[in-house]
Amino acid sequence: MGSSFQVVRNHDGATMNWIAIAVTFKLALLTAAVLLIVGLPIAYWLTFSKWRWKFMVESVVALPLVLPPTVLGFYILVAIGPHSPVGRFYSDVVGHPLPFTFEGLLLASILYSLPFAVQPFAAAFEQVDRRLIEASWTLGVSKLKTFFRLIVPLSTAGLITGAVLSFAHTLGEFGVVLMVGGNIEGETRTVSIDIYDEVQALNYAGAAKTALLLLAVSYGVLLLVYAMNRKVWAVWPQR
Amino acid sequence: MAATLTVDCRKTFPGRFTAVAQLDLPLDPPRVLILFGPSGSGKTTLLRCLAGLEWPEEGRIQFGSTPWVDAASNVRLSPQARRIGYMPQDYALFPTHTVAGNIEYGLSDLPAEVRRERVRELIGLLQLQGLEQAKPAQLSGGQQQRVALARAIARQPQLLLLDEPLSALDAPTRAKLCGELRTLLKQLAIPAVVVTHDWAEALMLGDIIAVMQGGTILQTGLPQEVFSRPANAEVAQIVGIETVVQGQVVANDNGLATVLVNGTTLKGLGTDVNGSAVYVCIRAEDVLLEQSGSGVTSARNHLSGPVTEMLPQGVLVTVTVDCGFPLRAVITRGAREELGLETGSVVVAAIKAGAVHLVPRSG
Repeated sequence: MGSSFQVVRNHDGATMNWIAIAVTFKLALLTAAVLLIVGLPIAYWLTFSKWRWKFMVESVVALPLVLPPTVLGFYILVAIGPHSPVGRFYSDVVGHPLPFTFEGLLLASILYSLPFAVQPFAAAFEQVDRRLIEASWTLGVSKLKTFFRLIVPLSTAGLITGAVLSFAHTLGEFGVVLMVGGNIEGETRTVSIDIYDEVQALNYAGAAKTALLLLAVSYGVLLLVYAMNRKVWAVWPQR
Repeated sequence: MAATLTVDCRKTFPGRFTAVAQLDLPLDPPRVLILFGPSGSGKTTLLRCLAGLEWPEEGRIQFGSTPWVDAASNVRLSPQARRIGYMPQDYALFPTHTVAGNIEYGLSDLPAEVRRERVRELIGLLQLQGLEQAKPAQLSGGQQQRVALARAIARQPQLLLLDEPLSALDAPTRAKLCGELRTLLKQLAIPAVVVTHDWAEALMLGDIIAVMQGGTILQTGLPQEVFSRPANAEVAQIVGIETVVQGQVVANDNGLATVLVNGTTLKGLGTDVNGSAVYVCIRAEDVLLEQSGSGVTSARNHLSGPVTEMLPQGVLVTVTVDCGFPLRAVITRGAREELGLETGSVVVAAIKAGAVHLVPRSG
């Protein structure tokens, strides 16, 4: 990995790469935010649609769970590259190609974390008592307003879980980041790649600090998720 | 032609049953229609079709001049567009909203001031003062029922649909709230369809009763008519009350009421009987027949009269005795022979006061 020399040159052995940390958190926050918006309609459709072929869409959403990140990264790279209509359209409009940029990486992260957001959302919607939704409809409240006034407030734990999980999952991305983002300092180099580079350069002290930070953040995030989903605190309807 | 709610539709639940309903409810003056029948008879399904929560695959539902469902021309009016007040069996109150929040939930298109005024009015009407900020989980069953009612009538619906409005309550609360509900329905003057499997509720609340079984409406008519003159054995079996007559309470001594029915005096239990007009309801199996002049029993009622009709049904015989009103008793063939009963023989019917059920009716 040629970039390891760059790391050693950029900062001395025992300090953390704050630039990589900033890139990582920006990426994770934006991914979680976009998924919170994009994931809701997908989860709603998956929960309430009666379409007989729905399972095919469910399987597509779940694909990133089982697909090697390199495979996913490869297809994203091809899809947004200069030879694809999408990639050409993007570079025509924005002026530079999508691969190996932060925006390209963000798009890949969103796709890669999709099931981590959509599945908890859908599970939460599933828990909402259908009779409450029907009662809302008979009170003249449209399906869209029922969603925001009733379903979302009853699903807060699941929505936070989905957002937090997609945030945490993005923090630890490696394969997709390398494939789509490359390894560009300040643009697409994230913490997990930084750790890899440090270890390659035999700078264990630097790797240890960054790794510990990632461990602590991930643990904290999971604590939050599991605490949110404790039944005794949850806000499910009383039955 | 006067406005009518017309239902003529069919809905199939694969592997379970097919509901076929035909029904006309005149809307002016507003009446309360009771869908009466055992569980699984399709009452709730029919109510949900009226609410727009189930779609019949054949037939039509028309409210006045507005078609709600017409399978032939693909008309499917959404529940939102029907302007109904629907109260499901377990109320389905929104746990995230307060009492006031639940009541004003369907009023969001009104200006805030009008909304607040309407909520205040309903809180008063249903005696929920002081509970405005409570969450549904903090309320008793009776309070939840009243919040659900307030929410259902908040938008001034053109049709009220109540699914077993009292079944989630304990017996004493049920009796009390049934009276309140009847008063409220009269006061609101909104056409209503009420599902129940309780005959006392049906008699007390209903202007018209439709008896359902296996997804089909077997008989429709005035409550007293359906109960005392069932169209066939199946309806008789479902309603299970063979004698229903109108009476006047003339005295009430600590819950032991004296009722006058067409010149005959009866003792019955009715602690909650307020007002004097009642239905007197007696099950045929609660009536004991004895020869005239036999000994004293613990039964409070001894009514004598001639037998006017005898209907053998298997090992049993349904005997009608004219004791000022037609009273039905069911006895075995053996008992009939022992008593030497023939049409015209005079017998004494003994009924315990506890078996004489008194249900308030509108005078």
